[in-house]
Amino acid sequence: MKPYLSIEKLTQKFPDGNGGELTVFENASFGVDKGEFVVILGHSGCGKSTIMNILAGLADPTSGGVIMDGQEVKGPSLDRGVVFQNYSLLPWLTTLKNVMFGVKARHPEWTKSQVEEHATKFLAMVGLEGDVIHRKPSQLSGGMRQRVSIARAFANHPKLLLLDEPFGALDALTRGTIQDELLKIWGQMEQTVFMITHDIDEAILLADRILLMTNGPHARVAESVDITIPRPRNRTEIIEHPNYYAIRNHLVQFLGKRSKELAGQPTQAGQTNAPATVRIDLTEPAEDPEDKRPALKAVNS
Amino acid sequence: MEKLSLNQRAAILSVVMLFVGLLAWEAAIPAQKAVKELTEYELLTGAGQPKAGVPPPSQVLAKAWEQLSNPFYDAGPNDKGIGIQIGYSIYRVLTGYFLAAFIAIPFGFLIGMSQVAYKSFNPFIQVLRPISPLAWMPLALFIIGDSEASAIFVIFICSIWPMLINTAFGVAAVREDWVNVARTHELGPIKTAFAVILPAAAPTIVTGMRISIGIAWLVIVAAEMLVGGTGIGYYVWNEWNNLDLTSVVFSILMIGVVGMLLDALFGLLQRRVTYAE
Repeated sequence: MKPYLSIEKLTQKFPDGNGGELTVFENASFGVDKGEFVVILGHSGCGKSTIMNILAGLADPTSGGVIMDGQEVKGPSLDRGVVFQNYSLLPWLTTLKNVMFGVKARHPEWTKSQVEEHATKFLAMVGLEGDVIHRKPSQLSGGMRQRVSIARAFANHPKLLLLDEPFGALDALTRGTIQDELLKIWGQMEQTVFMITHDIDEAILLADRILLMTNGPHARVAESVDITIPRPRNRTEIIEHPNYYAIRNHLVQFLGKRSKELAGQPTQAGQTNAPATVRIDLTEPAEDPEDKRPALKAVNS
Repeated sequence: MEKLSLNQRAAILSVVMLFVGLLAWEAAIPAQKAVKELTEYELLTGAGQPKAGVPPPSQVLAKAWEQLSNPFYDAGPNDKGIGIQIGYSIYRVLTGYFLAAFIAIPFGFLIGMSQVAYKSFNPFIQVLRPISPLAWMPLALFIIGDSEASAIFVIFICSIWPMLINTAFGVAAVREDWVNVARTHELGPIKTAFAVILPAAAPTIVTGMRISIGIAWLVIVAAEMLVGGTGIGYYVWNEWNNLDLTSVVFSILMIGVVGMLLDALFGLLQRRVTYAE
């Protein structure tokens, strides 16, 4: 059975400026299940943002396709909400009006008071209440702006929520608070989320599964790492979980070393290029009690 | 002095400068020779008549008081109140200006939306824009055949360019993120234009409108000097022909005041549409 969101043999080539072609990524194939929180990790230039734009329908791939809920993704849609790194709020509208802008687009048949009520509810869910919601984005801090952007996206109940490094421009403390807000609202909504980040700890905290990309050009999604830490997660408690450092070390290893080693290998025709599933779970009884190494299983699916 | 705000200090300095300037001006104008000091010969040759000269501010103020206390009198074609003359000028400026806005803003919008249109229209705009609006006057007079309409046409042609260029530029420079917001919310092209692009480009468009109204007010004076009949430009030239320099100085000041008010009006509009990012 196909997953809810299926990315199939996605290839993106750009002209390299010298008449040739630059292959950013090739034959990228992976799936995302309904209600799953998937994070994609990789170095700059590996094409993460391009994949995001293709999923959003803002860009077209050179070849390959994306199928969501049985339908091919063609062009932008309200079914795929996007939270951009730079918030992308409309600066001439107040906070509330920005969220109402999205709600009105989703429910054109609603009355103004319905739209306002719905928008206010979602702003409250990200902790924005009272006077603040009548301010313009320029009068808000970066963290508050990103909350507005998140509220706008969640208020539309998209089938897929795309987060493009949503916390990249925020300081560490604010980032932590908003990650908690995001986890809370995600827990209530059972929203399918696909997120880009550079931050390993953020990825472990938020994700059900982390996709690892090799460096570009010819980047590919090399591994899919299951996060075997039970929810609800809390940033102070997860670091005590036995799996935390095992997973973290695996990710650091990959980004630091293996993403380079695996890079730049053009794939052969016919190769599906599906990521290898990696499951690290120290809480499972090890097969050999003498073996102190993490139980690391690599299964090509 | 420490307790005064910046604005208060600036206002005091302005008043002082005005006062000193007026005093210097008053002092710089040589007094006319009194009639009784003249010889009989001088009197016979007409030297006793008041000589034309740049008037001191006291005379200009007296003239202003006289004119502004009854601005709308009409005593024939060559003797109308300053209010009537300015009214004619404002009417011409606004007619030509709004005709230009009516065309320039929608057209600029379309050009700004399309890179091809922008690039293909640009050479024409660049050639037509630097032409002095008065250079169109002979052609306008010949084709339109009516001096009133020609003056309005000259205003039209001079105010269209800044609005056209600024609208096209403002629309073309709308941040792609905002357009993407519209796209991901499935807004149609008309809705995107009105809900996202127009408010995003509004500050640039209104800046163009403000530049245009300034240019239109500059040009109307010259245009009315040419076409004659009515208007503040005609009034200045008519008073020059009458050698009434007091009236000339007074009308120059009035041109400045009205221009400032027009600009302030668009300044208000600009403040309304400006947003901080």
